[in-house]
Amino acid sequence: MGHGPAVKLGKDDAAGFKTKLGVIMFLCYTAFYAFFVLLNVFAPSTMENVILGQTAAIVWGFFLIFLALVMAVIYNHFCTQAEKRHNV
Amino acid sequence: MIYTQSPLAIGLFVFFVLFVLGLSFYLARRTSSAEGYYAAGGNIHWMTNGIAFAGDYLSAASFLGICGMIATSGYDGWMYSIGYLAGWVVALFLVAEPMKRLGKFTFTDALDSKFNSKSIQLMAAISTLLVSVFYLIPQMVGAGVLVQPLMGLPHWVGVCIVGVVVTLIVATAGMASTTYVQFFKGAMLLIVSTTLVIMVLFRGLSTTPENDGKPYHDFTTLRADSALTLEDPTFNVIAGLDSVYGQEGFVKLERNGQESIWKLEQTADGYLLEETLHATRFNDGTRSYNGAPAEEGEFFPVGHIKELRLNGEEVTATGPIGPFKFLSTLTDSTIVLWGKKYIKEADGITTIYYQKPTPGSQILRPGLRFKVDNATPMEKFNFMSLMLALFCGTAALPHILIRYYTVPSQAAARKSTIVAIAGIGFFYLLTLFMGMGAMTSGVINLLDNNMSAPLLALSFGVFLFAIISSLAFATVLGTVSGLIVASSGAIAHDLLDNFLGLKMTDRVKVRAGKISAIVVGAIAIYLGIVFEGMNVSFLVGWAFAVAASANLPAILMLLFWSKTTARGVAASITVGLFSSLGLILLSPDMWIRYGKLPENAPIQFNSPALISIPLAFLALVVVSMLTQKDVNIGHAPEAAKN
Repeated sequence: MGHGPAVKLGKDDAAGFKTKLGVIMFLCYTAFYAFFVLLNVFAPSTMENVILGQTAAIVWGFFLIFLALVMAVIYNHFCTQAEKRHNV
Repeated sequence: MIYTQSPLAIGLFVFFVLFVLGLSFYLARRTSSAEGYYAAGGNIHWMTNGIAFAGDYLSAASFLGICGMIATSGYDGWMYSIGYLAGWVVALFLVAEPMKRLGKFTFTDALDSKFNSKSIQLMAAISTLLVSVFYLIPQMVGAGVLVQPLMGLPHWVGVCIVGVVVTLIVATAGMASTTYVQFFKGAMLLIVSTTLVIMVLFRGLSTTPENDGKPYHDFTTLRADSALTLEDPTFNVIAGLDSVYGQEGFVKLERNGQESIWKLEQTADGYLLEETLHATRFNDGTRSYNGAPAEEGEFFPVGHIKELRLNGEEVTATGPIGPFKFLSTLTDSTIVLWGKKYIKEADGITTIYYQKPTPGSQILRPGLRFKVDNATPMEKFNFMSLMLALFCGTAALPHILIRYYTVPSQAAARKSTIVAIAGIGFFYLLTLFMGMGAMTSGVINLLDNNMSAPLLALSFGVFLFAIISSLAFATVLGTVSGLIVASSGAIAHDLLDNFLGLKMTDRVKVRAGKISAIVVGAIAIYLGIVFEGMNVSFLVGWAFAVAASANLPAILMLLFWSKTTARGVAASITVGLFSSLGLILLSPDMWIRYGKLPENAPIQFNSPALISIPLAFLALVVVSMLTQKDVNIGHAPEAAKN
């Protein structure tokens, strides 16, 4: 059978921590995304409200895109620290 | 629309194609092993892989489809950007590192890593093939769209060029060449798109947008009394209030032998007549555009602001403007969008495109394409289903998942995903400005909105257009390469090597992959020709729905549920794949492709994800519970193991 990584990987003792952190951060982002979708479905007129010159829809779009990047950087920071801590 | 080809555009296009081919032949000399062919040796740097991820992902759908959809439907087009990017969160937090840990060459490897199950090998390979082919269609359609203005060649020639070039790329160096082509293309796409947006902002907004020095079309309004007697006597009414046109709120006029169609608006003392564009397809197969053959170029590009309001005052132009001021000014202004009406006569069908002045605040919120205001439960369902498919699809696309095998470690897989999120997120911000720029710059071709971004570039001159179009073509080349690598891996590695158990040497495995690439390339060419004219981002929405339904439930449950069995995984893929495909084939949009009325379709929604994803989860849970006694002792979920 041809399974297993194409290159040999070292043991990763931080994998458990990273998995748990990933699940928590995934749930956080999903909550924001789901709220955005539900807002569009059940209260679409709120998306036309103007906040600081922009429609709420535009503000939400920018927020979700930047949130993904910020959470990704935070996730990487803690994962890298955990790898240093556990994989000595 | 008639496009004028420039030697510069053709030269740049040829240069891009030759560069990509040269790179592939160079790398081919270093690609003799299966690891080299399918996973680029597993030694790509995470930064390179991250940009290559962006290159893979920012396909014709993102560049052409989303910009085109924003240009004609405003914010609803940008919803795709938001959904596509959100999907990367699933990939980063849940899938990236386990995928690297479990797999070797293909997505099937990871799914089957704990079971060695023939049913998983078969179903996952079929799923990879079908999802890749679904994703290939819009890329090939995009290629056909591009060659017409770029090279003056018909749609099918563009599809064939891409098919042949890509098959050569993949058949020479596999994942190694695909990765470097994607890296190059992803980086260039970000740089050139940023340049285009800066130029849009520097030019600012205007009620009379110039198109590469040419003035915008001067729309005429006519007046008539209640008996439809026109103030301008040079026009003659040839289809009035009692004609099929009149019944739909239009009239057909004639002047100097030239026919035109006008939209009627009733006033206190008669009618106002507003100019429209129209295209007629006659029963004998010939077509006319604004009453004349295509060669005469009467069908002009559109897109303008009717009332431009800057800081509360009505102006005719803003001059250079910042990105947030650009958006807030559009929010306060009124923009002319275009409605569509079909009129059937004895000799053919006429499509009328009429002006629809719309407040910017309504364009920069959902609702123009997706019905969300006063929507029926079915319309709400359709919208939620699409957003779910976009969210879940990314982490289930085989050509994206195999890129995790090209880096040396799990940390590199994670970091390359973050680079991808940064690059793709930034690009999706740019799509909003490119799309809205096209909407207000008089560059939209109403017959095919896929060309909005390249035509926006053309409004700044042929040089930028040449670069953007060539790059868009390279975009198609790169993405199609990745898809064909994924497909050839599914055939040669998953089906021939693992499922059928053919004992192949490393060299034979690579040869099998190359032959598979040629076969898939031929299929892609055929489908690219058949699906001409559909919005490419819309088609990608379907690919996402199929991938999310067939693959994601199996991946997630394998990682996070300890009772998952091999039969459960195979059942989940089967149910997800066939339920999503079945629902798509019965959808109103497919009914149109069959030449039937969409309202007669058996189901009244287009996006199947909200049904097919839960069904796939349910199938996995039920079958796994029923097959707990199977020989799968020893497997444990990743979360539990660590």
